[in-house]
This record gives sequence, C-alpha cells and structure tokens, in this order.
Amino acid sequence: MSILVDKNTRLIVQGITGREGTFHTNQMAAFGTNVVAGVVPGKGGQYFEGENGRVPIFDSVRGAAEATGGNTSIIFVPAKFAPEAMYEAADAGLPLVICLTEHIPVLDMIKVRSYLDQRQTRLIGPNCPGLITPGEAKVGIIPGSIVTPGTVGLVSRSGTLTYEVVYALTQRGIGQSTCVGIGGDPIKGMDFIDVLKLFEADPNTSEVIMIGEIGGNAEEQAAAYIAENMTKRVTSFIAGRSAPPGRRMGHAGAIVEGKSGTAEGKIAALEAAGVQVANNPDHIVEMIA
Amino acid sequence: MNLHEFQAKRLFAEHGIPIPHGDVAYTPAEARKITQDLGGRAVIKAQVLTGGRGKAGGVKVAQSPDEAEANAKAILGMKIKGLTVNKVLVDELAPGIRQELYLAILIDRSKRQPMIMASAAGGMDIEEVADKTPEKIHLVHIDPIIGVHSFQTTYLANKMELPREVWGDFYKIVSGLYECFKTNDASLTEINPLIITGEGKLMALDGKMSIDDSALSRQPRLAEMRDVEEEPPAEAEARRTGITFIQLDGNIGCMVNGAGLAMATMDIIKLYGGEPANFLDIGGGARADQVATALRLILSDTKVEAVLFNIFGGITRGDEVARGILSALEQIDTNVPMVVRLAGTNAQEGLALLAEADMMTAATLSEAAQKAVAVAEASRGVEKAS
Repeated sequence: MSILVDKNTRLIVQGITGREGTFHTNQMAAFGTNVVAGVVPGKGGQYFEGENGRVPIFDSVRGAAEATGGNTSIIFVPAKFAPEAMYEAADAGLPLVICLTEHIPVLDMIKVRSYLDQRQTRLIGPNCPGLITPGEAKVGIIPGSIVTPGTVGLVSRSGTLTYEVVYALTQRGIGQSTCVGIGGDPIKGMDFIDVLKLFEADPNTSEVIMIGEIGGNAEEQAAAYIAENMTKRVTSFIAGRSAPPGRRMGHAGAIVEGKSGTAEGKIAALEAAGVQVANNPDHIVEMIA
Repeated sequence: MNLHEFQAKRLFAEHGIPIPHGDVAYTPAEARKITQDLGGRAVIKAQVLTGGRGKAGGVKVAQSPDEAEANAKAILGMKIKGLTVNKVLVDELAPGIRQELYLAILIDRSKRQPMIMASAAGGMDIEEVADKTPEKIHLVHIDPIIGVHSFQTTYLANKMELPREVWGDFYKIVSGLYECFKTNDASLTEINPLIITGEGKLMALDGKMSIDDSALSRQPRLAEMRDVEEEPPAEAEARRTGITFIQLDGNIGCMVNGAGLAMATMDIIKLYGGEPANFLDIGGGARADQVATALRLILSDTKVEAVLFNIFGGITRGDEVARGILSALEQIDTNVPMVVRLAGTNAQEGLALLAEADMMTAATLSEAAQKAVAVAEASRGVEKAS
C-alpha cells in the first residue's frame, strides 16, 4: 500500500531517447519500475535499448497506452514542448502524469492546468523530482539508493531538500510509504492538500512529513486543512528563514499576499494547526523517531 | 525580470492605453531639451527598479526647462534603496487629476487564473488602503481561454463608482492591459495611478511590469530590455552561466544544487552561528565550468572566510560535481578553507575523487555547516594572530 505509484504502475516515458530520459529510464527500471513504453514522435516502431531490457517506442501517448496498457506517464521533454506533452497525456486519458521539466512559462501552465481540471488526469509538477514508493516503483529522479520501505509519507515543494530529509530517515531506519515532490512552480498540478488527503486515507501511511519553503501561501492553506481534516501526525520543515526580503515591484504582490509567504508566517500557521516544525531538516528524524 | 516605468508604459501604449508624452534622459541637458519639446513644463521621474521613488524624492515637477535641468541634476546619481539612478523619465504634466485609481493584473496562484485588481483609492497609499479597508479593493478573475468580458469591467466600474462616461474607456484599458499582460508573458502589470483627467479621460500616469523569467526565451524583445546596469555584476555573470546567485552580507559562502536545499543550507549555517555570504543554486547540471564560475563569484567577496558545498545528486551526479570542484580549484588560487558534502547519485565516486585531493568532507548537512563555521572562525583567528 502506498499512494499514486506502486507495483501496478505501467509507465510511459515521454522523451525516452533524450539524455535525461535515457539516464533516468535506466534508473527507474533498475529500481523495479515497470517501464512499458516510450514516446518520441517520429520514432514509433523503434526500441529503446535499456540496461534492463528493451522498451518499445511509440509516436503518440494514446498509441502507447492502447498497445501497452500504460497508466502513468513521465515527461522528460524541454520547456518548449512540455505543455504539449502534458495535453497529450491528459488527452490519452492517463490517470497520472508527472512532469519534471523546469522553466515552463506560467501562462502556459495556467492553460494546461485548466485543461487537466476538465479531465480525470492528476498532474505532479512541473519542475519537480517526481515520486517514489520504496520497494515498488519510482517515477522521477529521486535517487533509489536513499529510500527504504516503511510507513512515513513525505510531501515536498523542493527537489534536493526532499532527498536530504528522505536520506536522513533512511539512515535512521525509518522507512517511507511514498515520497512525493510536488515542485515549486506557482501553477502546478497536485498541491500539498491533494497529497495530504491521499496520505490521510492510505492505511499504510502512519504519519506525514511536509517540506515547504517561502513564497506563496500553499503551506498556510495546508495548515488550515491539517487542522480540520488530518488525524495523522504531520511534522514539517520550512526552508528560507534566513532569506532576505525581496525587492518588491509594485503593490499588487503585497496586497494579495499580505503577511503570508514568509517563513515566520508559515511556521506560525503550521504550529497553530498542531504541526511540529523543525529548525533543521536533520532534526525532523529525531522529532518523529 | 522587472521593467522600468518608461518601458512598461511604452508596452501599455502598444495596447491602446493612453500615457503622457515623454522621453528618457540620461543627462540634465537632455532633460531640459525634452521639457522644452513638451512645452516647457514636465515631471522628472527617477527610473530605478524599485518602488518608493516618490517618497525618496526621486519624482519632481518642473515648471520650466531650467527647473527640469536642475531637477534632473538632483535626481541623477541619487541612490534609492541602494540603486543608483542613471536615467530619468521626463513626462508631460497630466492635464489635471480629478481622481487617482488603481488597476493591476497578476496571477492568482490559488485560483490558477489571471486576476484584475482595481480600486478607486489609487495612489501611493494603496497598500494601506488594502490593509485597513480591503472592501475598497475589487477583484475579478479572467478565464485564460476567453479573456476579459465587458460585464466584468462594468461590475468593477460600478463598484469603484466611476462616472458613467468613462466606463467605455475603462473597458478598453482593462482589456488592453490584459492583452499586454498576455502578449508579453507578464507576471504583473500595474497602473498606479490610473487617473481621470480634468477632461474626464483615463490615463496611465505610472506603470510597473514584471516578466515571467521562464518566458524570456520566447520574448527576445523583452529579454533585450533587461537593464544590466542595475544588476550587480556578479549576479549578471551568474545568470549568463545558468546559476542563480544573490550576494548577502555573511562570512560563509555556499554552493548548493536546488533552491530549497540552498535556502535550508543557509538556514543551517545561521543555526550553527555563521552567516551565509550568498544564495547560490548551481542548477541541475553542475558542469565543471559552472562550478568554476560559481566558486569565482563566491570568492570575489572578501568577507568570505569559508565555502560550503552541499550537493545532493539526483539529476546532478556527484562525480561530475567533484570533477567540477577539482578543475575549478586548478584555475583558482585561494587559501579559503572549503568543506564538501556530497550525497545521492554517484556520491561515493565523487567523494573518492575529493578524498584523493585532500578536500575536507562531511557526511551530513549539520556536520558540514558546523565544520564550515569552525574553519571560518579558525581562519579569522589565524589572521588576527598574524
């Protein structure tokens, strides 16, 4: 048991022949993920010769899903083509799409998100490290060597900071149910609350770690959700306590965000919701051990 | 990326929004000439990429070309929030101001849509208005597929109690501002104040605009508008190399992959008694040339007493980073002590390479931060002793 990805995940890799696509397809397959297809328009019929076996390549996601029963896709294509790749995966009816690509323009993501909201497709990312269910499946780039199976669920807006915390858990023998990196872009797919909801409902997750950072108000919204709906313990770390205040242009940002967005504001909101907040990611482990 | 007022207003004008006539001056003599051309009176406005120009004395009205020259002389070279003014906008005086309004379009992250924000109480105190009387700020969301409807601006005009005769112009300005926002991949377009002139016309007296950095590759014209003179040289060099670098005031330089981990590393340096000298996100690849540039940037700050590398490999591979650090050190002659913490993809290979070169390494972030703070203190002790 876990959330979102597991032994039943049948993965389609969009952009399987690129440098990152190739490297991480091999890493995912080595971890045990069932990679069933690659998609590269124009290379349909060829094969990706992976270190763990060959993977058929298709011209389209829909064609790949029809032929292989793929139910999840991961996107390793440049920012210029990534929105189209997300539309395509959603149009093919895949229930879960993970987009790692960074630097996708915000106005593109607004349209993508609006398109996805009219369908049953869940998106993780963009600009995220993906997710991993130890012992079952890895869809993304979280190093397989730093996780171990267990019952702590982890959700994070950061990439490498997620690894930091997962690694500390594993070193202390504390296993994870699923680790989800939702990414830090302003407009994205699943947010903290969406993932917290799944962890709350997952019988194999006993408690949750939430890693946030300054900017936006997703942590404040998550705090309100936790106070109302979570029975499982949530422990947190918020990065950016030492960040200097930015030079703000215009008044609009200040009017919209008010005092939210700072580390202090987020920590106060989380503590008021009964969440313990660590001041060092290494200390999270001691707080939950 | 933020634009100057004059750049923002020119873009607004391309979308049919009335702005005052005016031009940019780099010298007092140019300011005099422009004022003459405008009929002898003008407002001289500092062009720096920060707010609060008016309150800092960077905006002055001139009743004659002589006064314009004097005002420009006073404003050029002035420092506003640490930024030096090296150009001024010389604008014609508004033909009477009957009312100051506020109008902005930005992204509402929680609704995931562009949002119009408008108020009849525009001007310098708009943030106070929003804080004390939020009911005076009116919000309308825009469907990105459809755009601005006229009933939306009618609703706003009604809420703002705008005179009936400006409703038509108000619709044109709001939809023009949204077109400008969309066409230029903006994250913010703001007019404050949007005035109703003595003749009952609407005009954008000031303008602010921020562009989505991720979209600059498809907005070459805007990318060229970047004011490199206002960017600290180290930050400009970092940007060209694909690194994010922000100079701070502390004693521990740090080089980290990933923004969240970089911030956490700074937080922990502070937790153990050091002060971060910079924020530096080396990005996803961390090639040798990037590492070398990053290290040079960090060491160009003489306050740096120790450097902490914290690299957690995912896409970034530990052995590549280690090679990058070693080849950078071949190019750079320095006595500043360095602590390296590598974990994740190919970390063992990387650590082996660093160990051969006698680099100081650490297993955890806490250990790395403590070591960096300790060697910084020790190096300070050595300096004092000698």
